[in-house]
Amino acid sequence: MTVTWYVVLSAVLFAIGAGGVLIRRSPLVILLCLELMLNAGNLALVAFSRAHGNAEGQVFALIVMVVAACEVVVGLGLIVAIFRRRLPLNVDELRGLKG
Amino acid sequence: MIYVAFFAGAIGAVGGAIAVIAMRNPFYSVIALVIHLVSLAGLFLLLYAQFIAAAQVVVYAGAVMVLYVFVAAYVGAVEEPLWEPIPGQRFLAPLLAAALLVELSIAILGTGLSALDSDGPTLPLGFGTPTQIGNLLLERFLIVFEAASILLLVAAVGAVTLAGRSRGSPDVDRAKEPAA
Repeated sequence: MTVTWYVVLSAVLFAIGAGGVLIRRSPLVILLCLELMLNAGNLALVAFSRAHGNAEGQVFALIVMVVAACEVVVGLGLIVAIFRRRLPLNVDELRGLKG
Repeated sequence: MIYVAFFAGAIGAVGGAIAVIAMRNPFYSVIALVIHLVSLAGLFLLLYAQFIAAAQVVVYAGAVMVLYVFVAAYVGAVEEPLWEPIPGQRFLAPLLAAALLVELSIAILGTGLSALDSDGPTLPLGFGTPTQIGNLLLERFLIVFEAASILLLVAAVGAVTLAGRSRGSPDVDRAKEPAA
C-alpha cells in the first residue's frame, strides 16, 4: 500500500468538501464541509509523516484538529446568534457584513 | 489484508463525505460526518498514527459532533430555496470541484517525490504513540502547544460572546412565542 493511495484519497475528500461548500447554502452544512476539507488535509499530513518516518507531521495534524475545533465553536456560535435574531439561515441572503 | 482495511476505510470516508453534502436534513449530515471521521480514524491506524486516531474518535467524533448535533437540533431543519444568485450554480459547482480534483491528482501523480511511491521506511518501535507525540509537543513544539491553548481559550470566550444573550439587543426568545 504505497503512500500515493492515501494522498489521492485525501485529494478526493478535499474535492468533495470544496464541492459541498460551493453547492450547499445552509451555514451548518457549510461548516461540516469545511470539516471534510480540514480532515482531508489531516490525512495528507499523516500520510506524509508515514512516508518520511517522521512523527512531526502527526503533531501538525493534531494542531490542525485544534484549529478545526476552534473554527467549529466560533461558527456554531455565529449560527446560534443568527438564529436568535430571526435572520434566515441561508448564506446567500446573509451577504451584507454591515452590522 | 492491508488492502482490504484500506479500501474499507476509503469507501467509508468517501461515502460519508458524499452523504454529508447530499443529505437534505443537517442532522443526517452530522451523522454521516461521524461515519466519515471514524473511517478516517481507521486509515490513521493503518498509517501508524495511533494517538491521532484515538484523538480523532474521542475529540472529533465524540465531543465536536455532540456540539453539532445540539446546534442542528436547536436550529431545526432549514429549507434551502431553489433561488440561485449565480445562474447555473448547481451545475457549475460540481464542475469546479471536479476540476480541483483533476488538478490535485495531476499534482500528486506527477510529483517527483520518490517517497510517495514507496511504503515508507521501516518505522522505529513506538512511532505515533502518545509518548512520542507528547515528547514532541512538550519539547520541540512547546510554543505551538501554548499557542494552541491560547487559541482555544479565545475561541471559547468568543463563542460565549457571540451566542450569549446580550442585554438591550433586539433579541427575541423563541421559546416564549406560541408555536406557529
